[in-house]
Amino acid sequence: MKTVVCVKQVAALGDEVEIDDSGRDVDHDYLESSLNEWDVFALEEALRLKESLDGQDGHEVVVVTVGDEECEQALRRCLAMGADRAIRVEAGGIDESDPLTTARRLAGIIGREVPDLVLCGVQSSDAVQAATGVMLAELAGLPRVAVVTSVHYDATSAKAQVHRELEGGLLDEVEVGMPALLTIQTGINEPRYANLRAIKQANAKEIEVVNVPSEGPRAYTVRKMFVPEKGDGAEMLGSDAAVVAARIAEIVRARLS
Amino acid sequence: MSGTLVLAEHLGGKVRDVTLELVTAAQGLPRPVTVAVIAASPEALLDSVDLVGVDEIVAVRAGESDDFENDVYQQALDTLLDGSEPEVILAGFTVNSMGYAPAVAARRELGFASDVFSVEVESPGTIVATRAFYGSKVHGELTFAAGAPVLLLLRPTVWAPATPGGSAARRHLSLETTPSRARHRGYREPPPSEVDITTSDFLLSIGRGIGERDNIERFVELAEKMGATLAVSRPIVDAGWMPSARQVGQSGKTVKPKVYLAFGISGAVQHLAGMKGAGTIIAVNSDPDAAIFSVADFGAVLDLFDVADELDKLY
Ligand SMILES: Cc1cc2nc3c(=O)[nH]c(=O)nc-3n(C[C@H](O)[C@H](O)[C@H](O)COP(=O)(O)OP(=O)(O)OC[C@H]3O[C@@H](n4cnc5c(N)ncnc54)[C@H](O)[C@@H]3O)c2cc1C
Repeated sequence: MKTVVCVKQVAALGDEVEIDDSGRDVDHDYLESSLNEWDVFALEEALRLKESLDGQDGHEVVVVTVGDEECEQALRRCLAMGADRAIRVEAGGIDESDPLTTARRLAGIIGREVPDLVLCGVQSSDAVQAATGVMLAELAGLPRVAVVTSVHYDATSAKAQVHRELEGGLLDEVEVGMPALLTIQTGINEPRYANLRAIKQANAKEIEVVNVPSEGPRAYTVRKMFVPEKGDGAEMLGSDAAVVAARIAEIVRARLS
Repeated sequence: MSGTLVLAEHLGGKVRDVTLELVTAAQGLPRPVTVAVIAASPEALLDSVDLVGVDEIVAVRAGESDDFENDVYQQALDTLLDGSEPEVILAGFTVNSMGYAPAVAARRELGFASDVFSVEVESPGTIVATRAFYGSKVHGELTFAAGAPVLLLLRPTVWAPATPGGSAARRHLSLETTPSRARHRGYREPPPSEVDITTSDFLLSIGRGIGERDNIERFVELAEKMGATLAVSRPIVDAGWMPSARQVGQSGKTVKPKVYLAFGISGAVQHLAGMKGAGTIIAVNSDPDAAIFSVADFGAVLDLFDVADELDKLY
């Protein structure tokens, strides 16, 4: 069984924000990068599946990302966790960061790898679109289930019983045949930590870099990015913890009486 | 291309609130406003979408049951679009929409954006949508290629629900759909729990900012001393530190306490969905740009442990 896990190196803003000269993105100097939280759970699920099927030949977990060279950090973390192979697809700039363009690039890899299962995170923490995985499923011709919190795979029938978590925590029990694409929700498992040796070994592994063209319209174009006006916002209680605590106690008392 | 198509969402025989909000959002968009109800037996749901501002209702009979299956919705939406292309298509940014809307957009090369909280027609034919990026710290204005409909998934609870009492024309459509490749088999309710955070007047809510499992206990104690019920954000449940019954947000509980005191919660959209209706929101977060401050009434940019220490002394 071959599983492809699609991952993203996400960017978070620190305490400061600066919009770049184009006016269409934040200045990348202010960003801190990490492997998307949802993708960590997706990779862990793939690794567990592989381990549960162990003893049979040819099980492989392949991680793929779309991004520039810096994004290889995310792939290295995946390799350290136990992924067998990593692929990076070259990306364009801001004009090619929309989910449809990314999905087209990923579809090129799915077409080549022909996996039995594709896992993506539900969403990335920096963009919160919840779109790339399901777009990819469509372009790759795979059935899909989005927002999955449990996977039971039956190798004999090549079917998976999965839970889809709806609003309010209601679970939808869904059956889907392989090959399929699932978008994985946080909390589905307890992701492992990579040990130092694994991290070292991962750093020595080769990452395949490929170009996949993306032809066709984008999902959207970012015309302008801006820091929203604070508006009335919150009334700030000060910077002295004792004073703040006293004010909190006062507000609580007033509102509850 | 003309008009706005609203995709109704329903569960267990009831139209969900977000559908009413979509109709309100559609009021500033191209007319006519058509609401599509996709189900095996849509008829029973039609009255609930006959809202003020709806011009037409399409009952799309599709699938083997009323329960959501993503391929059935995809085929139904495809058929609607084959018939006549609206300029704008609206659905909620919900778990169901996540399962089929991006697929339709990819297949048909539609303009697409999700978690949209503002949309307008800037000039005839030009739709501009606004959504957040980078942990809700910046907003982006999006435009779309001309010549194709724009499919937008709108953030729930931003628009007020439209009011009942419309007088829309009704149309019926019957579809022969092929069975969904992902089949609905049943539902499972969240496990019953002894605590009900939705009935508490005062919630002390903790998020990932508390750092470690060992810190949970002190907030359990602080909540008790303050007379609050302890609530949490999703990562605390994901880590297995607290049961899901205490989770506030889209996949947890929607709460409206008199006071919501948040410690170390960033204010992700799916968290805000569950608590922004609280009477008074107080947020403590070390990040001055945390999105939670945009919905809070009172805030403090401080280390939450320092504030907790001081509260401990007061109670
Ligand atoms: C379909 C779906 C449904 C979801 N449903 C829910 C839901 O029901 N509820 C929910 O909560 N989330 C939900 N999420 C997850 C949501 O997107 C966020 O990931 C989550 O809310 C983040 O939780 P957090 O704010 O505790 O953590 P983070 O976003 O990591 O924020 C931690 C905050 O703590 C602050 N902090 C850190 N240390 C300190 C300190 N010492 N002092 C003060 N502040 C500190 C940081 O500045 C940061 O702002 C859902 C996601 C999806 C995709």
